[in-house]
Amino acid sequence: MSVFHVTRRGLIAAGTALALTLGLAGGAQAQTPPGVLIVGQIAEPKALDPAAVTAVNDFRILMNVYDGLVRYKDGTLEVEPALATDWEINEDGTVYTFTLREGVRFHDGSPFNAEAVKFNFDRMLNEDHPFYDTGPFPLSFFFSAVETVEALDEQTVRFTLNAPYAPFLSNLAYPTGLIVSPAAVEQHGADFGRNPSGTGPFRFAEWRSNEAVVVEANADYWDGAPELQAVVFRPITDANTRTAEMLAGGIDLMVEVPPVALSEFQDDSYAVHEQAGPHVWFLILNAKEGPFADRRVRQAANYAVNKSALVSEVLEGTAEVAAGPTPPAFAWAYNESLEPYPYDPDKARELIAEAGADGAELTFYVTEGGSGMLDPIAMGTAIQADLEAVGFDVTIETYEWNTFLGEVNPGLEGKADMAEMAWMTNDPDTLPFLALRTEAWPDKGGFNSGYYSNPKVDELLEAARVATDQEERARLYKEMQTIVQEDAPWVFVANWKQNAVTSDRVENFTLQPSFFLLLDDVAKN
Amino acid sequence: MTGYILKRLLSAIPVLLGITVIVFLIMALIPGDPATAILGSYATPENVEKLNRDLGLDKPLVQQYFIWLGNMLQGDFGTSFALNRPVLDEVLERFNGTLVLAGTAFVLCSFFGVMAGVISAANQYGLADKAITFVVLLGISIPSFFLGMMMILFFAVNLRWFPVSGMWPIYGDRTFGVLLTHLAMPALALAVVATGVIARLSRSAMLEVLRQDFIRTARAKGVHERGVIWRHALKAAMVAIIPVLGIQAGFVLSGAVYIEIVFQWPGVGRMLVDAILKRDILLVQGGVVFVAACYVLFNIAVDVAQSLLDPRIKT
Repeated sequence: MSVFHVTRRGLIAAGTALALTLGLAGGAQAQTPPGVLIVGQIAEPKALDPAAVTAVNDFRILMNVYDGLVRYKDGTLEVEPALATDWEINEDGTVYTFTLREGVRFHDGSPFNAEAVKFNFDRMLNEDHPFYDTGPFPLSFFFSAVETVEALDEQTVRFTLNAPYAPFLSNLAYPTGLIVSPAAVEQHGADFGRNPSGTGPFRFAEWRSNEAVVVEANADYWDGAPELQAVVFRPITDANTRTAEMLAGGIDLMVEVPPVALSEFQDDSYAVHEQAGPHVWFLILNAKEGPFADRRVRQAANYAVNKSALVSEVLEGTAEVAAGPTPPAFAWAYNESLEPYPYDPDKARELIAEAGADGAELTFYVTEGGSGMLDPIAMGTAIQADLEAVGFDVTIETYEWNTFLGEVNPGLEGKADMAEMAWMTNDPDTLPFLALRTEAWPDKGGFNSGYYSNPKVDELLEAARVATDQEERARLYKEMQTIVQEDAPWVFVANWKQNAVTSDRVENFTLQPSFFLLLDDVAKN
Repeated sequence: MTGYILKRLLSAIPVLLGITVIVFLIMALIPGDPATAILGSYATPENVEKLNRDLGLDKPLVQQYFIWLGNMLQGDFGTSFALNRPVLDEVLERFNGTLVLAGTAFVLCSFFGVMAGVISAANQYGLADKAITFVVLLGISIPSFFLGMMMILFFAVNLRWFPVSGMWPIYGDRTFGVLLTHLAMPALALAVVATGVIARLSRSAMLEVLRQDFIRTARAKGVHERGVIWRHALKAAMVAIIPVLGIQAGFVLSGAVYIEIVFQWPGVGRMLVDAILKRDILLVQGGVVFVAACYVLFNIAVDVAQSLLDPRIKT
């Protein structure tokens, strides 16, 4: 029939187009070049200005472009010299004097010196600084204890704090403390975040929006030139697509592999890396009102939740059971003698009966996602089932992450009995200080949304913050952990193990407990 | 004609103003603010307040709206909180990506949709009609994101014919051919559902026309069947098909959101989803207004095209 005549013509055209496309495709699938590491990131970075960003995703790039005065020792959360070679702390812990490394230059050629350090902290902290308007600097409160920064001479800089503040060194090792080039800030102003310059092992080369950030090896790096020629950070927000890219060879290194996708990478052409970090996933319990005002009921909840099942079934082994409020990654401050609450529903029922909380109705806030929240809905429903098994009547209310924070951070009073939460911190001080002290109740500007209060814990945390001796600090934190575990203001659930997958072409890669991605020793053939 | 176009353009102004009010209100009313999103776990009331002040979000809503509208009318869409760059730069760059993807998909679905519809109608209840109806139903029933994922798994991961994601390769030249390899899977996945819808509606529009007297007249005076179908019938049926194409253009544009996420295509849909999750107010508002303006203009163009084809519409 005549109509088919045309159809055949159409078919030929379509077939030709398809063949053309397929033919072109053949050449497009070359392997990634050697010496260039392609990293699958979880999102487009906000900016490459360490003072202006807050996300781990951005830190992964920044830690390779900049250095701080100090950094975490490989595989630990203890500080060691970086751009500062040495430092002295005065008797009462309020004056820190750093000696700076000589002969270091920023990628733009300007010298690194005491004035540069002063510029960095003044820019973040002093509202009258000419470049304060290159902010906002959301995490500048990490250094809110800093009163003045003085450049004593070319290689010596002195920080004076308004009170002793033991986490100061550790905060300097955090990305917010990375040192940027003053010359580059002066040149680019508010655009510095897209034209970064630091002293790190890689120098910034190119940022193609929504495609890639490219950094190239800094041959003059003070700690030895990196093995790689360049690193390309690709934002691939969808976890399934990221997995597919890894399987298809489009990226060499993938971070935050979804637990269910780990089984795809079991053969020899991939290496799976795991590293426990300073993360804790817990349930905030409302200790002010309702059934959880009674400590026995809070303990009962800790006994009732089957944490090993959660980490092995729901999280597919990507986390470990948490024992207390401090993650084991803070090795020096972690109380080894703490044992997690065992899964013991009978014990839980006993405690509930004792407290007369049988059949208590609980409102449970669950989030849909969010930083460090792992698999919050699946975990929430598993926890709900465990709690109902021991006689509670649990109602879940689910919120999107930002809405959730808006509900939980102002406090649970009058709204809920429990809420999911997770924190990743860089110092054992941060989380308990912000979320367990009486002075940290929401109305006082803290995150103690469950209104836990124990004067002894307050005292220990205040003392640990001003103690300059690490052993003394460790002793105080360990005692705090014992008391908090016993008081059970939270249900301690899990410590996340960060994971990554590399292809067999990548060598010398290790994950750090800090969750930062350090690539200066990595090689690729 | 000029008067008609002018009238349609003027009537678009209240629509666009309404859109600015709606998108502004939605972003203002949904819980969670940019400061909380930026600070994450560190969002103490004190930090949130300070950051909101730094971002200029402490002013009354009405004032914020008029500042935004006033700036926008002067071409200043503001700066994205989450990306730290001018909203307009980001939107234009991303819209380019969406235009390439949605444009290709639109061409594909219009061409194949109308072709399939015409062939179906010309062979009503014949083998070709049944085969096409079957394929079309299949296409309409498969969610595009699922089809996209399956295509990635099969053609990119297993066969390695196409790259998994992105619009351009990380290395190498940016030639048209390279773009095609990146475009093939997402454009196809995006076009499938719309092709099905267009095919079904084209079929019924054609059947309607084929029953009319002038077709019988054309056949009677000896016009070749091919001429009857493609010249006489299709031209008349286009009046009914073109509005469908207009609606499908909107569908392809919104469907691009899923496809852009699955294929990590740097388009405006993925940008909006990210921006909403980060409460990047100005980027969401600017992006929505821009896309809405394009959609309104496209629809005006469709109406104009239709009035050219069908003189009865001219008012």
